[in-house]
Amino acid sequence: MVEVTLIEASRRAVLQEMRVDSRVWVLGEDVARGGLWGQYQDFLAEFGEQRVVSTPISEATIMGAGLGSALVGMRPVIEMRIFDFVMCAMDELVNQIAKVRYMFGGQAKPAVVVRMPHGMWRNSAAQHSQMLEAWFAHLPGVIVVTPATPADAAGLLVQAIRSDDPVLFFDPKDLFWVTGEIAEPIEPIPFGVARKVTAGDAATVVTWSAAVPVATKAAELLATEGIKVDLLDLRTIWPWDQAAVIASVKKTGRLLVVHEAVEVAGFGAEVVARVVDQVGTTNLKAARRLAAPRVPVPFAPPLEAQLRLSPEKVVNAVKGLLAA
Amino acid sequence: MSDAGDNLRRLTGLYRMMARIRAFEETALAAHKAGEIPGPLHVSIGQEAVAAGICGNLRIDDRLTSNHRGHGHAIAKGADPRRMMLELFGRAGGYCRGKGGSMHIADFSVGMLGANGVVAGGIPIAVGAAQGLKMQQSDAIVTCMFGDGAVNRGPFLEGLNWAVLYKLPVLFVCEDNGVAAFTRADTVTAGPGVIDRAKALGVAAISIDGNNALAVDDAAQVAVTAVRRGEGPHLLHVRTYRITGHTSTDAAAWRPAEEVEEARARDPIARLGAVLAERGVEPSELGRMIDDARAEMAAARGEANAAAWPEPAVAFEDVQDTGAVAWSKSH
Ligand SMILES: Cc1ncc(C[n+]2csc(CCOP(=O)(O)OP(=O)(O)O)c2C)c(N)n1
Repeated sequence: MVEVTLIEASRRAVLQEMRVDSRVWVLGEDVARGGLWGQYQDFLAEFGEQRVVSTPISEATIMGAGLGSALVGMRPVIEMRIFDFVMCAMDELVNQIAKVRYMFGGQAKPAVVVRMPHGMWRNSAAQHSQMLEAWFAHLPGVIVVTPATPADAAGLLVQAIRSDDPVLFFDPKDLFWVTGEIAEPIEPIPFGVARKVTAGDAATVVTWSAAVPVATKAAELLATEGIKVDLLDLRTIWPWDQAAVIASVKKTGRLLVVHEAVEVAGFGAEVVARVVDQVGTTNLKAARRLAAPRVPVPFAPPLEAQLRLSPEKVVNAVKGLLAA
Repeated sequence: MSDAGDNLRRLTGLYRMMARIRAFEETALAAHKAGEIPGPLHVSIGQEAVAAGICGNLRIDDRLTSNHRGHGHAIAKGADPRRMMLELFGRAGGYCRGKGGSMHIADFSVGMLGANGVVAGGIPIAVGAAQGLKMQQSDAIVTCMFGDGAVNRGPFLEGLNWAVLYKLPVLFVCEDNGVAAFTRADTVTAGPGVIDRAKALGVAAISIDGNNALAVDDAAQVAVTAVRRGEGPHLLHVRTYRITGHTSTDAAAWRPAEEVEEARARDPIARLGAVLAERGVEPSELGRMIDDARAEMAAARGEANAAAWPEPAVAFEDVQDTGAVAWSKSH
């Protein structure tokens, strides 16, 4: 085991896979210089400029060229630099990558990984802070990965690179310098398996990505008051671990979904709907969401702070749930 | 065999290919009008010399990306018109198991990486495929077909720039039929056109008469050779004319009748037929090639009409390996 930051864990995951599989290559802006986040540091020296390709600022072609290479047997890691720029490559992602296998009757599997660092980070304002992972859970044909720890980022990235399905990998910007232990070699973590962070009978709290450490802190605070919750980090929102969530809610009878993205039509709505459907209203005392209001992310720190989750907000939401 | 004999065989092959493309599309049009083919159908009647002339110079392991008007490209690249017709009819035996239709024909076994329902959508895919092939040290090339309407979309600029930067083996083909859907392309395209745009980015580019199959064939041969030798991307601007409307249901009545008549007089199949006749090919032989092509496509239509639809569960297949939803009767 070795203690590293989340971004370094992700760097080691790609490095490990590139060493064993010559079909894997990285393309994106500035990646030959290590990438905006240092997530490809020293790759150029080891793999050369054909496999570590600094591209022009051409998001549509970064995405589409990644796909084209996959159609001739390569396994690209497509780096979007910051999630919000994927908007410039939506045709290539939504109409092409997510469709080729189906539309062509299974003739090709686009084995691409699209990395999209997302979420609020150092007051980056409305065009550099978004969390729209729910959009992509809505999109048939793709896997949606939303890790929160170094070990999960590494293991899920290894799984993503080995996957024949297209994988949308939401790197959590705000957690890049959080440290944690990873095993080497890095073992793949299967998609759709939640991680139980804390265990308890009082309520089920479901979360993912940057909300995980906030909810974890909240669970610790609640525990000091004798309130123990099942805290589940979904890790991937498509597929998502319905069995684990449903089993937990059957036990606790109370569900809170916590996410950094906007609440309206967020993925929390899907979780709640599915749980209501599967658990039934007799055994379910309350099912709620704690998420952002439906406003863009503002710049000024006190403004942004209103949108952010906090352990206190989560604690209060759980207490409200228990009172219901 | 003498050079002249080789050449004649090549021209006859071009003629036969154009006749098959024309027959395929005329048959499909008739089937669409008869209600046998669902969905939109874009045919390329009058443009056959482009597909035949370009693709005749490609190897089977060369890749091709195409657009919404791509039946000819697919047939010329070696796709089987029977399975294409089945796909147009939405039948289980079609190339895409009935899940793609006319706008999404693909045959990876002959390097045909797919038609595309999004204008310019094939351009980034083509450059990426070329980049992959280059990494694999293959000498296969990628041909990227798009219309004159595509040059006003961002991926055109991005893709050409990209192909030059990495010196990729891509042959860009701008199939210029003068119109983008219902709008004359020159009324919505600034500047002197695609050739100048390509040259400004360092792409070797020439313009040719796309209704002259020999000219297309010659130019393609030169360009394909250069691209395969590693000289970087090339662009062919191929000027042609779309005799029919944008889709099967569009009469394109806004065009003056004389303009269409004039274009008919430049019909690429008749023109190559005249050349072949001059070189001693009997009119009866030319007629036989047309008849054979029509019979081939009529048989494909008959087979498609009788063919089975896909099973309902097929709608749930080939979505993804992990996280796929299962089919059940209650959906
Ligand atoms: C991005 C996008 N915008 C609009 C359309 C609708 N559309 C389909 S074909 C077409 C015209 C394309 O013109 P061109 O590329 O010149 O091909 P042509 O139809 O003339 O053969 C349009 C606008 C589309 N398919 N994709």
